[in-house]
Amino acid sequence: MNTADLMTYLKNTNLEKILKDYPIAGDFLANFRLEAISKVLPLPQALEEVGEETLAEFGLDSYGLLQEFCIFLENFTRVEESTGRVSSLTILGGFNKLKEPENVELTIAAGEVISVVGPTGSGKSRLLSDIECLAQRDTPTARQILINGIAPDDLQRFEMGGKLVAQLSQNMNFVMDLTVREFLEMHAKSRLARNTAEIVEKCFLSANELSGEKFTIDTKLTQLSGGQSRALMIADTANMSNSPVILIDEIENAGIDRRQAIEILAKSEKIVFISTHDPLLALRADKRIVMKNGGISKVIRTSDVERKSLAAIEKIDNTLQAIRNRLRSGEIITEELLK
Amino acid sequence: MKLVTVAGPPSSGKTSVILKLIECMDLEKGSIGVVKFDCLTSFDKLSYQEAGIPVQIGFSGRFCPDHYYVSNIEDAVQWGLSSGFEMLITESAGLCNRCSPYINGILAICVIDNLSGINTPRKIGPLLRFADVVVITKGDIVSQAEREVFAFNVKQVNSSARIIFVNGITGQGTFMLSKYIREARDILTLKDLKLRFTTPAAVCSYCTGETRIGDKYQMGMLKKLEFKGV
Repeated sequence: MNTADLMTYLKNTNLEKILKDYPIAGDFLANFRLEAISKVLPLPQALEEVGEETLAEFGLDSYGLLQEFCIFLENFTRVEESTGRVSSLTILGGFNKLKEPENVELTIAAGEVISVVGPTGSGKSRLLSDIECLAQRDTPTARQILINGIAPDDLQRFEMGGKLVAQLSQNMNFVMDLTVREFLEMHAKSRLARNTAEIVEKCFLSANELSGEKFTIDTKLTQLSGGQSRALMIADTANMSNSPVILIDEIENAGIDRRQAIEILAKSEKIVFISTHDPLLALRADKRIVMKNGGISKVIRTSDVERKSLAAIEKIDNTLQAIRNRLRSGEIITEELLK
Repeated sequence: MKLVTVAGPPSSGKTSVILKLIECMDLEKGSIGVVKFDCLTSFDKLSYQEAGIPVQIGFSGRFCPDHYYVSNIEDAVQWGLSSGFEMLITESAGLCNRCSPYINGILAICVIDNLSGINTPRKIGPLLRFADVVVITKGDIVSQAEREVFAFNVKQVNSSARIIFVNGITGQGTFMLSKYIREARDILTLKDLKLRFTTPAAVCSYCTGETRIGDKYQMGMLKKLEFKGV
């Protein structure tokens, strides 16, 4: 519906029907303290029963409110395509802190996983924030980021701002006091998803697959362990977030199945950057960016030889994990366990 | 001189955002000044001074913070002009969730934080509703999903505003914010410009220092709550 049609619809349709057509309209009424308004009439007539005073408190009259309602529904019914499809992202090198050129041109396709390694202060965060703001040689590093091979203009940069990149880090917590189900439903609603129940179920199942310790859908978010929270965040980001790029900062030791976590994210056709020194994660990436002195010093393609060593590293990791589990259950640790 | 108004609930990160923003603008020292409107006390003067930013603090004290703001904003602009600033940033806290210090034609930025609760954007009112840019802080410590739902709730009340996530500690996100700021309008005075929203109405006996409770002492503009039988 275009604006004029929507206006006609709002003027001639009773609120009961509008709420049925657009459940989100309930939020609009609540935002203006109009939950209790008569639903059997169209909005203009129903508003006659509401005191002018209430609307005036919001700086509106009844016509203004109708216009706001119209804009609201327009905004929240449009199929969201703002970010469009991102099939590749290209990083064109700039300069490091010593003003040496990076000499890098790296194109990453959707579904690829890139790890970023380097000591603290080597420029990892700067690189991630250049990607986030789609730098166009105008940030301190002078890097340029292309989307699908094209340099985005300022308008596109603003449009994409905040939507291009989803982030996940060890420091993140859930602060909402909701159950897992309520939380997923709320997120699905904000995504304007039509098949809420299905998506919620899918997220929940995949979170439980990732998590070392299982949890129920009626668990409170605040009661989840660190590993369970991380698992839920990953599953939610993979299944529900609209952002085509994911930046992950250190998720090791989180009590989740890291291999599967990477697989889920890559499968969702996202571009995944993972800042990590965990060999199990870094070697599973297709390429790794090595940071030094505030710049990209090289890009290493994970070779078959490196991949082969994964099995051995995994074995060491499993041994350590077994020791942790024994500690947890109160058993005695012996050297035997290391053999 | 460009003028930018920044407002937001207490402790949402306004000062941190402004400090990072000024750092990111990379202009000559002293070319951006700040006026901070606060109520009783403020500890931000030091933060600005440490960063070498000229700052003026004003306390509304026993006056309504909004009324205090409006009656001093033109003087603030003249102070900025006579100090030779290229840009003046005003910072004020919305204390009653109804404060909205924005002026038509002057860039208005609202700072709110992810920790304030998922429904907070729907409760803040004009402070958020009339802003041109909404800066969301403290996103680094909540989940991606919560950031998305929070931004969705911001859009519910202000669909036309640009939303920018800024990390007040690392400054991540200030780059995009600085791009908006550069486009702020140049002004010489605010005379005859209008506020985007009325300030709270209050001309009652309590405004003039009455402290006693009861009908007898209530005079002037009053609004009474209607209690319904249980």
